[in-house]
Amino acid sequence: MARNVVGEAAIKEKGWIRSHKWLIMRRISQLSIIALFLLGPLASIWFLGDLEEEFWIIKGNLVSSVVLDTVPLTDPFVYLQTLFAGQAFEITALIGALIVAIFYLLVGGRVYCSWVCPMNIVTDTAGWLRRRLGIKKKCDSSPNIRFWVLGMAMVLALISGTLLWELVNPVTLLQRSIFYSFGMGWITVVGIFLYDLLWSRNGWCGHLCPMGAFYSLLGKFSLLRVRVAERSACDDCMDCFTVCPEPQVIRPALKGENGEGPVIDRSQCTNCGRCIDICGPDVFTFGGRFNNK
Amino acid sequence: MTRRKQLDRREFLTQSGRMVGGVSIFGGIIGLFGKQAASMPAYAIRPPSALPEEEFLGACIRCGMCVRDCPYDILHLAELQEEVALGTPYFVAHEIPCEMCEDIPCVRNCPTGALDRDMEDIEKAEMGIAVLVDHETCLNILGLRCDICYRVCPVMDEAISLERIPNLRTGSHAIFVPTVHSDRCTGCGLCEHACPLPVAAIKVLPETIAKGQLGEHYRLGWEEKEKIGGSLVTPDKEHEYNLPEGFQYDLTGEGLTGPSVDN
Repeated sequence: MARNVVGEAAIKEKGWIRSHKWLIMRRISQLSIIALFLLGPLASIWFLGDLEEEFWIIKGNLVSSVVLDTVPLTDPFVYLQTLFAGQAFEITALIGALIVAIFYLLVGGRVYCSWVCPMNIVTDTAGWLRRRLGIKKKCDSSPNIRFWVLGMAMVLALISGTLLWELVNPVTLLQRSIFYSFGMGWITVVGIFLYDLLWSRNGWCGHLCPMGAFYSLLGKFSLLRVRVAERSACDDCMDCFTVCPEPQVIRPALKGENGEGPVIDRSQCTNCGRCIDICGPDVFTFGGRFNNK
Repeated sequence: MTRRKQLDRREFLTQSGRMVGGVSIFGGIIGLFGKQAASMPAYAIRPPSALPEEEFLGACIRCGMCVRDCPYDILHLAELQEEVALGTPYFVAHEIPCEMCEDIPCVRNCPTGALDRDMEDIEKAEMGIAVLVDHETCLNILGLRCDICYRVCPVMDEAISLERIPNLRTGSHAIFVPTVHSDRCTGCGLCEHACPLPVAAIKVLPETIAKGQLGEHYRLGWEEKEKIGGSLVTPDKEHEYNLPEGFQYDLTGEGLTGPSVDN
């Protein structure tokens, strides 16, 4: 059966909303996190009715912030760089990094990538457009490069004593740009968009980004996983492979290779839930990692 | 089976080699770029109580908490096209100077200690040092009583004083030279911002540029004298001149005088 549009079968069987459920939830999550940061002192008007006392629900940016002026949150990837740089064994940042790390230890590290990071919207859009335009060119690089880039970022911090990776990190650049102001940062973001669109499928998030690599390692033993609930219902339409940002994680669990599955326990899975949406016969579902039989 | 395994290994090695090679080159480029990016331009000033620049670049996590907490919106995170290390906070004094809040809100929430959160006295800040860089255009040195830098200084009369010297051009007036005392100057930049010239004659510079260093063996006599509470050398004995009879030698006055010198 030849189809032009990926996901047509799912839409037909489940309706548009149900076949985009997790995608919509992710966009809401990403956008509302940005909104909370940008809300800033406006929160004072809504909750307190005056502007005398400035009041922020969450202040800072995704690298480090405080919630309600009390709970610190710090990105463990950037914090790790400061440790390698020999700096800042500072209690606030440490607590913040631990809170964030524990959260992702439970729900899956790369939940950061698919539910929080604004770069995901950029690369998802590039991937979608790529499918729409039928761009086939691809550069066969290994998805493991990012682990080397991760190592490189830490080595650079260790050698230089400064956060060298943060001078070029497009992810934190984009986040800062949204929360503070865009300068020429747009160029980098457009560059990544074009790279993903024209050169390499999921080129940035799926191959190069060391933050993805870090969160992937962090979530290696996370509890929340995508699970192949109905292996027998799979009709081999390949839609899940097409939309999955890390397609290499699906096959072992879906096909039961080497006795793997039914839980997708490759840590590179971002728990984005796109495979659950796109599957007409509802093969996939979210589940716990120990529900593996 | 064995053949396949060997091939796999070879493939694995070449692939890993390529990755390591590529990533190392990439890392090298970032390293070189970083070296360049780490040099702060002289006009950029870090927030108060920032660690020394090199440590600051290792500790600052670039979250912008200080930017959010500055009530005057003075601080700014460096963007890609700017000369300051990407994402780190700074301000430019001649655009908008530090108002030196007494409670120093900008340092209180720094999560990594890149800014010392426990700083108590904003007057102890060492963001930079003001220097009267241009003695040719400074209105005070031209003989006017502009005095603006002196009057806007938040540590008035201590960080900048007006030192009087005679105006040799007119012969009958004084020149009030704005003189910065580096131990009291915080580098807030109010003087540079307030200077009425189209381009300020007084500018805040990083300490490394603004300060000279006296050789360690130098002792300032007047300070040593004060420390001891008296002269450092034993007083001279009255000098005895061994002159022919009738001759005198007056050291400060007439010099050698005697009965028959003039003849």
